[in-house]
Formats: sequence, structure tokens, C-alpha cells
Amino acid sequence: MNAALTCDNNSEDSLAVSLTGDWLLGNNLPGPDPVLDSLRRSPAPATMVFETASLGNWDTGLIAMLVAIRRSADANGVAFDDAGLPDGARQLLALAFAVKEREGARRVAKQSAFFERVGESTLDALESGKQLLTFTGQLVQSFGRLFRGKATYLKSDLVQYIQEAGAEALPIVSLISFLIGMIFAFVGVMQLNAFGAGIYTADLVAVAMVREMAPIMTAIIMAGRTGAAYSAQIGTMKVNEEIDALTTLGINPIDFLVTPRVIALVIMLPLLTLYGSLMGILGGATVGLAMIDASLVQYVAQTVDAVNLSALFGGLFKSVVYGSLIAIAGCQQGMACGNSALAVGQSTTRAVVMSIVLIVVSASVLTVLYINIGI
Amino acid sequence: MQNQDPHIVAENISVAYGDFVVQRDLNFTVNRGDVFIIMGGSGCGKSTLLKVLIGLKSPASGDISYDGEPFWASGELEREAAKRKFGTLFQSGALWSSMTLAENIGLALQQYTTLSSAEIREIAAYKLMLVGLAGFEDYYPSEISGGMKKRAGLARAMALDPEILFFDEPSAGLDPISAKLLDDLILELRDSLGTTVVVVTHELASIFAIGNNSVFLDPDTKTQLAIGDPVSMRDNHPNHVVRNFLHRGEAEANAA
Repeated sequence: MNAALTCDNNSEDSLAVSLTGDWLLGNNLPGPDPVLDSLRRSPAPATMVFETASLGNWDTGLIAMLVAIRRSADANGVAFDDAGLPDGARQLLALAFAVKEREGARRVAKQSAFFERVGESTLDALESGKQLLTFTGQLVQSFGRLFRGKATYLKSDLVQYIQEAGAEALPIVSLISFLIGMIFAFVGVMQLNAFGAGIYTADLVAVAMVREMAPIMTAIIMAGRTGAAYSAQIGTMKVNEEIDALTTLGINPIDFLVTPRVIALVIMLPLLTLYGSLMGILGGATVGLAMIDASLVQYVAQTVDAVNLSALFGGLFKSVVYGSLIAIAGCQQGMACGNSALAVGQSTTRAVVMSIVLIVVSASVLTVLYINIGI
Repeated sequence: MQNQDPHIVAENISVAYGDFVVQRDLNFTVNRGDVFIIMGGSGCGKSTLLKVLIGLKSPASGDISYDGEPFWASGELEREAAKRKFGTLFQSGALWSSMTLAENIGLALQQYTTLSSAEIREIAAYKLMLVGLAGFEDYYPSEISGGMKKRAGLARAMALDPEILFFDEPSAGLDPISAKLLDDLILELRDSLGTTVVVVTHELASIFAIGNNSVFLDPDTKTQLAIGDPVSMRDNHPNHVVRNFLHRGEAEANAA
């Protein structure tokens, strides 16, 4: 039977509500509006009663509506007489109203003004910059302890981090660098052939890969791969009190967890970059040799001529900078992680975003510097 | 109890997160060989007080002294030295997940002793035997159950033969039998090693089974309401809140 609700407004001082049918969620229940309207009428009824003789099955659908009615009855000063309700419903209703709402507990959705939000995010950004600097300072102190032989860390951990940040990243770095090299070669062949200078594709690919593309692409891959892993590993240890456990043993968590990770990435990123440059040049060569009229020997000679040592070291220095930035951002976000699973996800996201921003900004700064000092 | 040799003395401790005061004016004395319970309802600052005791968080005011030596008022080096006499079992064990149980226990030994790795491994095996985990040296924390993690955490806490063992909610998340076994183990260690034990808990069964001294923290007044033996606190304490807590909220029925 369909649920129905009728209001009897005939009496001056009493409102009778009759409920019939099955009040089950999903039965397309009628809303409490007619009752709420009657409660607001003037003069207000003194009491309200329920008539439920032909009420069938019921569940939360009924109780939720009764809660709304009772709230409104209380607000309008109408006595809520629950005697007519089924026993179970009466008890549930009593339970719901047994504990008074704690004052100030209800959250009010607050819409902050646009400028307020801009201000807040600016302050947040400044704060996170400050934290990053503080963390870098702690890291420098930690390196001091490391060189004085006072830092505790496990050599096996360091070896493992080196393997994770190095050898295990080779497949993805190979793929991306090879394809980037091919793309550069395509663009180069198209444009340079128009001048009959197709052979300079070799120069384009080699210089672009060694100076800019290999360092930045490898760094971005490692930010997503290793920087995120650092942040998640350290953040999870924080949630699990493992970092507290280190501190209580008198082991500095930065010495134990952060410094080896930074060392691993700073060593491995330049090596990966070197490898990435080579893969990029190979990728470029496959396209170049197929599309321009040059022999392998010519192409190789052209490439060797194009790359000088200062460009190579310039690129490698960049990747040292990127590597330390990725490791610092990842570890700092991990150490600053809150105490929940949600916080681990947030800190990992922030670590990757922060790494990529830092990589791109420092890439721009370094490129301008390089141009000025003539590398 | 047996002797009245003050081991840990807290004087006017207040703990706060920024401007938010969690507890203030805490004063208590833990004697050597006591099993001291820090109890109170959820959110009253028990675990925060523990963090202050083990040196993870500085108190907003007041100080603790261990064996008469001030803890927070002294320099970092002295504090590090004092911390070496502590062993802490964290709520979920907090074992380092990338290391085996033997490595977990061995790290402190490696840090503070000149033992060879074979000797360290032998000691780790012995500590695991003490907590009933013989043969689990090469297991990783993720491969053992919650109760075993707590036991392994206890073995790690005991690695340096500490003078004081701190426990954060030792029976949380354990079935009644495992919890009872852990309680028994705590008492045995106290008796055989003479360790002072500080336990943060709200499990009444454990409180009465192991505690001989305690402090009761109240979240509403934000200070301690009672100190002393938990059993006499339950039966005789004048404050209704304390009796109610120790009677699972049925103090009125019993008092009548």
C-alpha cells in the first residue's frame, strides 16, 4: 500500500496527523510539508497527535520525517504528542533527541570572500616556502653529521635507494627519451629540409637532448616516480609512528631516512640523464637516417661535432640541481605529512607538484645563467 | 609499594598544542618498580602526556625529572642520554616496515654498542624469545599479526635493557586473551628486570590487573583529578567522575 499522510486541521487547538501505508525508503514517500504548514498556521495548534492504525511497515523514511516534524513543532511551541506512534518509532525518536545538540558543534558553511581566499593561499604558499627552506637547513646539518661520521643510516638502505632511483628507472627513461629524440628529429627534418640543411637535424637533436631535454624530461619522470615514492614512504612511516620510534631511540629521522634518499637521487639522476641523452640521440638518429639523405658516418660525425663538453657538463649540472630539488621536496612533504591516510595522498600530490614547479623554475634560471656565462 | 624511591617526578606539567591547552598542573611521582597507569577518557591528553615524558614533545610549562635530573630543562645532549634509558612501545607497534624483526631490534644496539652483527643478531633472537616470538627473526612486520607486532615492538623497546618502559595503549586492538598475555608479560618484566613501567590505557581490566599507581586525567577540567592506587581510587575516591570511570559508569548503582 502506498504511504500517505493526511492532516486534520478541523480542531482549533489540536493538529491530528494520520499516517497510512508502508513508509519505506524508496517507496516515493510524501514529504512533511502539509504538516509543517499546519504547524506554522496562526493561531498555532497547542498539541499535535498521530493516528497510525493503518500504518504498515516503516523504516528510517518514517523516522527522518518525524524528526523534521518534531523540530518544527518544538520551534513553533506546539506540544509533540508521540503516543499515537508505534513503540519502536517512539523509542528511536526519543533516542535521536536524547542528547541535546552540542552548542557550537554544528558547522556553518562559510563562504569566504575572493580576496580573503587569495590572501590565505598567498600566506600558505609563503609558509610552505619557509618550511622548505627550514628543511633544507636541517638537511645541510645532517650532511655535516654524515661527513663527521655521526649520522646513523643503513648502508643497505642507501644501496636499495640507489637501485630504486637508478637501475629500476631505466625502462621508462629509455622509452620517453627515445621518443622525445624521434619527435625532435621529425620537427627538425621538416623545417631544416626546407633550407636544404637536413643534416643539421643531428645538431638539433644532440644539442637539445644534452643541454635541455634529457635533464628536464628525466627529472620530471623521476619526480613522478621517485619523488612521489619518497613522500609516500616517509608519510606512511609518520602515520604509523615509525618516525617517533626513531626519534625516541635518539636516531635523527633526517639522517636515517632523508639524507640517504637525497644522496641516491643526486647520484643517480645525472647518470640517468646521461643515459637519457644517448637514448634521445639514438631516437633522433633513427628518424634522421630514414628521412634525410645522409650516411650513418656523416650523421655520427655531425652529432659529435655538435656536442661540446661544456654543454654536456652544463646539462649534468642541471640534473644534479633537479635531483636534489626532487628529493628535498619529496622528503619534506613526507616529513610534514599529517596523521591520516588522506594526508599521505595529499602530501604525495604536493610533493610532485612542488618538484615539477621547482624543476621548471630552476631550469629557466639556469638557462639564463648559462647563456650569460656563455655555455 | 616495595620501596619509595622516586624515579620519575612530574612537576606542574602543562601540555598544549599552540594556544590549545590539553592538560595543566600535572604533578605526580612514579617510584622505581611501579607500574604507573596514565588513564582518562578519550581525548583527555593521555598520549600527549606520554609524548612529553618520552621527549617527543616539550611541555608548555613545568618539567619532569628522571632520577632527580631535570629532563626538559637540561641540554639536548643530556636529554639524549636520558632517553637512552627509555624503551617505548607505540600504539600499533610502529615497527620499521622495511626491516625484519631482528633488524628492528638490532638498530638500537648497532647505534649504541660496539657489538658485532652476529652478537646483535643473537641478542635480537633472545629478546624475541622473551616475548614469545622465537624463530620470527627474519619476518617483516607486514607478515605478522597485530598482537605479534605489539610483542615485537616490546622486544624492540627492551633492546637496550631500559630502566623505564613506556606503553601507549598496549591492549588496544588485541583480543582479550592476547591483552591478558601482554599484561602478564609486563608484570613479569617488571618483576624480573626491575623496570619501571608507565602505561597509557583506558582498559579497566588492565588497569586493575597491573597498575599499582596511577594518575587520572580529566578532559573537562583539563587537569588531574586523582593520583594513587587504582583499586583504592575505584573504591574510595571522593570524586564522582573518577569512581564513575573506574566502574564503567556504574558508580551510582554500586554506591547505593
